[in-house]
Amino acid sequence: MAAKRPARRKAPTKDELVGYYRDMLLIRRFEEKAGQLYGMGLIGGFCHLYIGQEAVVVGLEAAAQKGDKRVTTYRDHGHMLACGMEPAGVMAELTGRAGGYSQGKGGSMHMFSREKDFYGGHGIVGANVPIGAGLAFSDQYNGTDNVTFTYFGDGAANQGQVYETFNMASLWKLPVIFVIENNLYAMGTSQRRSTSTDDIYTRGKPFGIPGELVDGMDVLKMREAGLKAAAHARAGKGPYILEALTYRYRGHSMSDPAKYRTREEVQKMRTEKDPIAFLRELLIEKGHADDEALKAIDKAVKAEVNAAADFARESPEPDPAELWTDVLIDA
Amino acid sequence: METLTYREALRRALADAMEEDPDVFVIGEEVGRYGGAYGVTKGLIEQFGPDRLIDTPISEAAIVGTGVGAAMAGMRPVVELMYVDFIGMTMDQLANQAAKIRYMFGGQIGVPMVLRTQGGTGRSAGAQHSQSLEAYVMHTPGLRLAMPATVADAYHLLRQALRQPDPVVFIEHKALYALSEAVDLAAPVPDWGRAALRRPGGDLAIVSYSRQLHHALAAAERLDAEGIAAAVIDLRTLNPLDFETVRGAVEAAGRAMVVSEGPLTAGVAAELAARISEECFDFLENPVLRVAGEDVPISVSPGLEAASVPTPELIVDAARRLMA
Repeated sequence: MAAKRPARRKAPTKDELVGYYRDMLLIRRFEEKAGQLYGMGLIGGFCHLYIGQEAVVVGLEAAAQKGDKRVTTYRDHGHMLACGMEPAGVMAELTGRAGGYSQGKGGSMHMFSREKDFYGGHGIVGANVPIGAGLAFSDQYNGTDNVTFTYFGDGAANQGQVYETFNMASLWKLPVIFVIENNLYAMGTSQRRSTSTDDIYTRGKPFGIPGELVDGMDVLKMREAGLKAAAHARAGKGPYILEALTYRYRGHSMSDPAKYRTREEVQKMRTEKDPIAFLRELLIEKGHADDEALKAIDKAVKAEVNAAADFARESPEPDPAELWTDVLIDA
Repeated sequence: METLTYREALRRALADAMEEDPDVFVIGEEVGRYGGAYGVTKGLIEQFGPDRLIDTPISEAAIVGTGVGAAMAGMRPVVELMYVDFIGMTMDQLANQAAKIRYMFGGQIGVPMVLRTQGGTGRSAGAQHSQSLEAYVMHTPGLRLAMPATVADAYHLLRQALRQPDPVVFIEHKALYALSEAVDLAAPVPDWGRAALRRPGGDLAIVSYSRQLHHALAAAERLDAEGIAAAVIDLRTLNPLDFETVRGAVEAAGRAMVVSEGPLTAGVAAELAARISEECFDFLENPVLRVAGEDVPISVSPGLEAASVPTPELIVDAARRLMA
């Protein structure tokens, strides 16, 4: 019997690899800046930083094609930057200004971009999962080969809506990729204390949904897994689950001192598993970029983030009359 | 003119909308092969096929969530929720997602989904299948709410709902499905969001909607025999709420009551009565009365069931008190 040949996939080019590095760094620096602005009182309310998880979304965006949709939960800044939304518009939304993507009405958790097929930004844990199925339904109905990347966390994996959706998505073979970003903590409750099984990706099995565990700190493994999952969904074979094992360096939100885990645990992940350091070393090792080129990227990213922060500071507050607009509109 | 039932008019509206717009599809429990728990979608699957009449598992949250997602992607889902009593299962998708998306995304995108459901008493369906929960919806900014009382409105309000850019909760009344009326569907109807003055009268104004409209009209007929001329208003939609039509009738009559099948406390009648009191106070001879459901769960016993919601007799009694 002939061995099963792995599906042929193009390895990422040098430019693509450098691009992933740049995108992950942009998210990291953007989030650091958002943390600063929060500390200065310029960002209020919620602010859930994505630092540590950058490889998940950048790897999966590398597997996306034009017209693919994405919908995610409240830890969403990274997803928006990775799909190409403007850092300035995102940052200005964090500060609740008129120049933000939602004109200051949505904030950190609620942004949308038709141009980038980004469908939010949703604050209720698990609620974006059936919405992702509905987005995928529209592509199936319209006969496209697009897929919807539906992101949620290990915490959301204990919500009932998720399993209702698994059943329907599998039954109808919807082109949806369920991405479980497992950062090990549902707010302050560890997976061990909240979740009956270790391998969340196996929860698709009873519904007939294949799944796999992916190293969410490795952008290349995420890309590879994303391509495989997307090929499955595009071919009409139905949904696919990717559980990305990842880690957030910061607390659940800015108000969380993260006392439920040890400093050593965080430090160990930072030094041994950091997704950006990993790719940086790879780029140098393969000769794709030297120190100087990487420094130039660093500088450009910093400038972009600073410009975004300036815009977010200077953009005006929403006009008071905006209070009553866009609740409902007339036909 | 043709004679149609409320049920048939709803079915006609769905068929015409699906004929006109390929993005319209119907999704819900038993909507396809079974033809709908109350028979509204019967035969549509033969006409439009299973790709547009989609039978679902019993998963209300995910069904409505799927509708929200499809609507965001530009489609026009008609989601059927078998009983309005199940709205609790879907409330997150409805109140936190559908109702908020336009506003919290800065007006860039809406959710043009119609959630068709039915409620009310009249079939001994018991506490979990007989409720009138429109106040939940009316209390949530970002949701439209239509409640047809007549056969013509069953057709036209559903067609109009399917042209709205925002989510519409469309609540039918289970006791009205067999209501049969001679209608001319080509005749003009009030615009979306306009109430209808169903009976003129200068002594008092009865504001109502859905099945209670028919009780109000029956009461008005009896009152007429006593020499009391009651105007009867059918709100048709609760969001938009056509307060101007209410104001006109109330200010002309100087006496008003609001009739609703939903529970009395903090209900639709309470909201309307408060608004009439605030805005029409100088015209009122007497306090506005609420005639609404008792604050109790609905019983299976036909006697207890009937006693838990307004009847023509209760409306007549209230009218006499108003006139005193």
